[in-house]
Amino acid sequence: MYQLYLVLQARALTSQTAESDAIRFLVGTQSLKFDNQIHIIDFDDENNIISKSVLQHQAGEIWHISASPADKAVLTTCYNKSEAPALSLSQLGASVFPAQVVSSESRVVTCGAVWRMPPEWESGSHESPDDPHNSHNPQNLELLCHLDNSSHGNASCVLWEPMGDGKHVISLADNHALLWDLTESSTQATISSSATLEGKGQLKFTAGKWSPHHNCTQLATANDTAIRGWDLRTMSQIYCIENAHGQLVRDLDFNPNKQYYLASCGDDCKVKFWDVRNINEPVKTLEEHSHWVWSVRFNHSHDQLVLTGSSDSRVILSNMVSISSEPFGHLVDDDDLSDGEDNHQDEKTKEPLQDSIISTYEEHEDSVYAVEWSSADPWLFASLSYDGRLVINRVPRALKYHILL
Amino acid sequence: MYGNFSVCFSARKRRVHGMLKLYYGLNEEGKTVDQAESMNPCDINGTHFDPEVYLNKLRRECSLGELMDQESCMVKQIRSLDSDMQTLVYENYNKFISATDTIRKMKNDFKKMEDEMDCLSTNMAAITEFSAHISGTLQDQHAQITKLSGVHTLLRKLQFLFELPARLNKCLELQAYSQAVSSHRRARCVLQQYSHMPSFRGIQDDCHAIMDKLAQELRQKFRDGGSSAKDLSECVELLLQLDEPAEELCDKFLIHAQSRLEANLRGLEAETDILEFIDRGCNEFVSSLCLVIASYQELFVNRPQEGNLASKNIPHMAIGKLHAFVDAMATCYFSLVERRIQEEKSVGDNSLLVRALDRFHRRLQAVAKLLPGSAVPSQGTEIVVRAARERIQQYLAALQSFYLDSLRDVRQALAAPRLGGSSAGGELLSSLSASILNQIKSVMASVQLFTAKDITFSNKPYFKGEFCSQGVRESLVVNFIKFVCQSSRQFCESVGDRGGSTPPALLLLLSRLCLDYETSTITYILTLTDEQFLVQHRSPVTAVAALCGEAREAAQKLLNHYVKVQGLIISQMLRKSVETRDWVNTIEPRNVRAVMKRVVEDTTSIDVQVSLLYEEGTRKAHSSDSSKRTFSVYSGSRQQTRYAPSYTPSAAMDTNFLSNIHKLFSERIDIFSPVEFNKVSVVTGIIKISLKTFLECVRLRTFGRYGLQQIQVDCNYLQMYLWRFVSDENLVHFLLDEIVGSTAHRCLDPAPMEQSVIEVICERG
Repeated sequence: MYQLYLVLQARALTSQTAESDAIRFLVGTQSLKFDNQIHIIDFDDENNIISKSVLQHQAGEIWHISASPADKAVLTTCYNKSEAPALSLSQLGASVFPAQVVSSESRVVTCGAVWRMPPEWESGSHESPDDPHNSHNPQNLELLCHLDNSSHGNASCVLWEPMGDGKHVISLADNHALLWDLTESSTQATISSSATLEGKGQLKFTAGKWSPHHNCTQLATANDTAIRGWDLRTMSQIYCIENAHGQLVRDLDFNPNKQYYLASCGDDCKVKFWDVRNINEPVKTLEEHSHWVWSVRFNHSHDQLVLTGSSDSRVILSNMVSISSEPFGHLVDDDDLSDGEDNHQDEKTKEPLQDSIISTYEEHEDSVYAVEWSSADPWLFASLSYDGRLVINRVPRALKYHILL
Repeated sequence: MYGNFSVCFSARKRRVHGMLKLYYGLNEEGKTVDQAESMNPCDINGTHFDPEVYLNKLRRECSLGELMDQESCMVKQIRSLDSDMQTLVYENYNKFISATDTIRKMKNDFKKMEDEMDCLSTNMAAITEFSAHISGTLQDQHAQITKLSGVHTLLRKLQFLFELPARLNKCLELQAYSQAVSSHRRARCVLQQYSHMPSFRGIQDDCHAIMDKLAQELRQKFRDGGSSAKDLSECVELLLQLDEPAEELCDKFLIHAQSRLEANLRGLEAETDILEFIDRGCNEFVSSLCLVIASYQELFVNRPQEGNLASKNIPHMAIGKLHAFVDAMATCYFSLVERRIQEEKSVGDNSLLVRALDRFHRRLQAVAKLLPGSAVPSQGTEIVVRAARERIQQYLAALQSFYLDSLRDVRQALAAPRLGGSSAGGELLSSLSASILNQIKSVMASVQLFTAKDITFSNKPYFKGEFCSQGVRESLVVNFIKFVCQSSRQFCESVGDRGGSTPPALLLLLSRLCLDYETSTITYILTLTDEQFLVQHRSPVTAVAALCGEAREAAQKLLNHYVKVQGLIISQMLRKSVETRDWVNTIEPRNVRAVMKRVVEDTTSIDVQVSLLYEEGTRKAHSSDSSKRTFSVYSGSRQQTRYAPSYTPSAAMDTNFLSNIHKLFSERIDIFSPVEFNKVSVVTGIIKISLKTFLECVRLRTFGRYGLQQIQVDCNYLQMYLWRFVSDENLVHFLLDEIVGSTAHRCLDPAPMEQSVIEVICERG
């Protein structure tokens, strides 16, 4: 377990999708008082050293971040923008409570934007974890374009086309799903099509996921307790799981190897696995967390490994063999597993085909809002809690060998 | 001389010895003793008596007076001994004289007797000679008489034969069949033997013709069947004697019986009442069946075998036929009975069924007695067993539906507007559990009828063992308890996703019910069952502990679910209130938001609801003025240190650091954790869920200055009222602290309100 403090609160975490060599995560901070930053977290697998670089994101606090699958340097953020006169450090000075009146028109809106990291970030603002206070000014992100959605409401997340060429993104804004085409090296964004969720009451998408299957023509979204599937060619709804969770659905993820399998999590503390061809009943339900589950992720290579993060401050790694694409696993002789330090875990994984909780990670002290697998190393994952602590963990070695051999 | 003295001297010693000797079975005059005594030279009666020694001893040991006494005593003894001796000598002499006289007289008598005996022997010889002479003269006449008498008998027999046809005809006319048959039987062998003679042959043919006619008539009579059992049996007997094939007779007899029995069975089908049905079945079918068996056995099986009939082994064949017949008839009857029993579905009164089954079973015992080795009684027992099993299943179903009905009633009572105030929960629970218990008891009482002493089948092994343990205990009682637990658990599962269709009060009530089951009711019911049914645990049965565990699990699950549902209701309220408001542009707080009052009200009513069913529980001691003192701590000193310095960038680290240090030392709070079975734990769970929701919602919003102040006011208000409900007030402090802290973080313009102002607003309400 390796950890790092970010100083500021944070909710947004992604791995650098296009990077396949270095283990790298991107974290967006969330602060109303200070300039927000993108932290680029590098993990040196051989020496077990975490290091981070900082890029300034002055547009506002980051609620969602996602990296382009095609270009390492391109990423999108969803950020809050206060339309009141912006606070700056110089104005505040050292006084404790400045008598500043927020005008009655002040409004908080969430926007989406595409950014490019400056090419020299790696050499410029590198810092070691032991010295978090950076003396010189970090570099700024370069704005490529706004996903201008003023007519569609607040953006909740921006999704890249999986494994695409970095030309298409979807943004979810209130009750609209907007498909954007990025042109001119991503400096121009135009809406190519959109879908709107109609219904009574204030409907709002809370989460979404672009399916990597079916030639990337499907999208899954969550609003309130329902999960919906969309066909992007016609922008029409293809399925709807009403009451997928007892309460709000917080996150979704597609099984990367099984095209109809979808995982969801929500405020009823449950993680559910669905086969979207039969939406009446979940295929499997996990009930291990003691509070809302905010994030669920399938491992990109070994889809039996499922990671969940919850506001009970725990991260749980589960082994869902029975519904994975490798339901029969690999049969392993006991001798192959004999590894001194992992003997106790051997006991757990000896039964090869049992769904089980592999490990519960309790390092976090605050709610964990994001978990993410590394895109470079399938045995590594990061989790981020609200207090700004980023923790990087490895899949237990015994299990890794168990799966590989 | 001194004999008597010596006797006196050793009298005591000898008495002691005498007792020992008696014990060891030795004679007084045993040799050992004799020798020991006779060796003593001072023993005046001993053979080794030495006068010198004796005298010396006396002289040495006795005084003069004693010597004088000794001397006079001895003189007296010597005198009496002398006179005794004289008398004895005289008596002996007299006896000797009289014996000599008797011998002399006997000698004379014997001589006379010898003479008389000689005379007698000569007379006897003369008599013998005379008698031989007489018998020689009478010899001839005797032989002649014997021959004449032989001829006479032969003539009589011949006459009988010649008259036989006429006699048989006459018998036929008079219907004296038995006489005819016996006559014919007598003559048959002779006729057979002499059939080569024409005259005899004629007679034989005549007889045959007549007898055929007779047999015909008998068969006719047998076939008519109207005749009485005695006639019938006579008929069969005669036919058998006439060499009629027994097998055919048996078949005819049984076919005849079958038609009658089937008529009985047809009569049964119209019946309605089970007892009446069985009654009629017993009275008509079973008794006629018994009658048939009895008469059949008398006719074919138990008849004394004579002559050539014995060789045919009729009883064996007949018994075989009878068994097949009885089995076939019984099968028809049993299928009717079973169909009828299955119609008996109403569980109201079991005694009727049990009495009917008892009668049914009892009457079949008669068949068992008549026909040992028949499968019919055991089949009957099986039917009874099946009926009992069926009955248990029906009772289980009845209990289950009763339980569900009671639950529905409870549900309605809970939904109905409260009339008698808030005490409904406890009363409903007690009435529910009492009515269930009563129902179980009444069912057990009904089922117990099966094992009553006066019921014939109650001593069958099934009803002694399996019925009690597997049937009543397992299938009925244990299954019902399991059903209660299971149906309770279902309330948790089915409702979970579809949004609380079960009223939370019902969950709470059921949870308490299951807990009561765990603590006492299950043990009570099972003990009661074991006592009433004397259950012998030969086969493995469900342990009380396992059932209790199941009940406890169900209770826990229900209670957890209750907490979740109630927490969810309050959470939704809080979530909506946070999500729908524009916190940036809100106005300065003037009072506590209505939703907080609702939260407190709801929590209070939940507290009341739970307190009706669960005990208070323990809480950590709190100070006399928890609401104020602790609030000032968190809003005053700590909160200041927490975000006041956060305006300087260097202090941001410290803030996080401080709050993390704080979290390191406070225990991790499991929000949806299992609750304990007491009020405080339940309410604490609900408050935890609600406040955590509040916290998470706040973190998703952005606040203006007045938004923060409103949250401050709201939290202060919650603090004032919620601490009293929870087990550890620090928990509420911690969560509210987090809420205000997070709000301050999410605030564009964090200018907190003065604590005194907050208090004024809160007290105003």
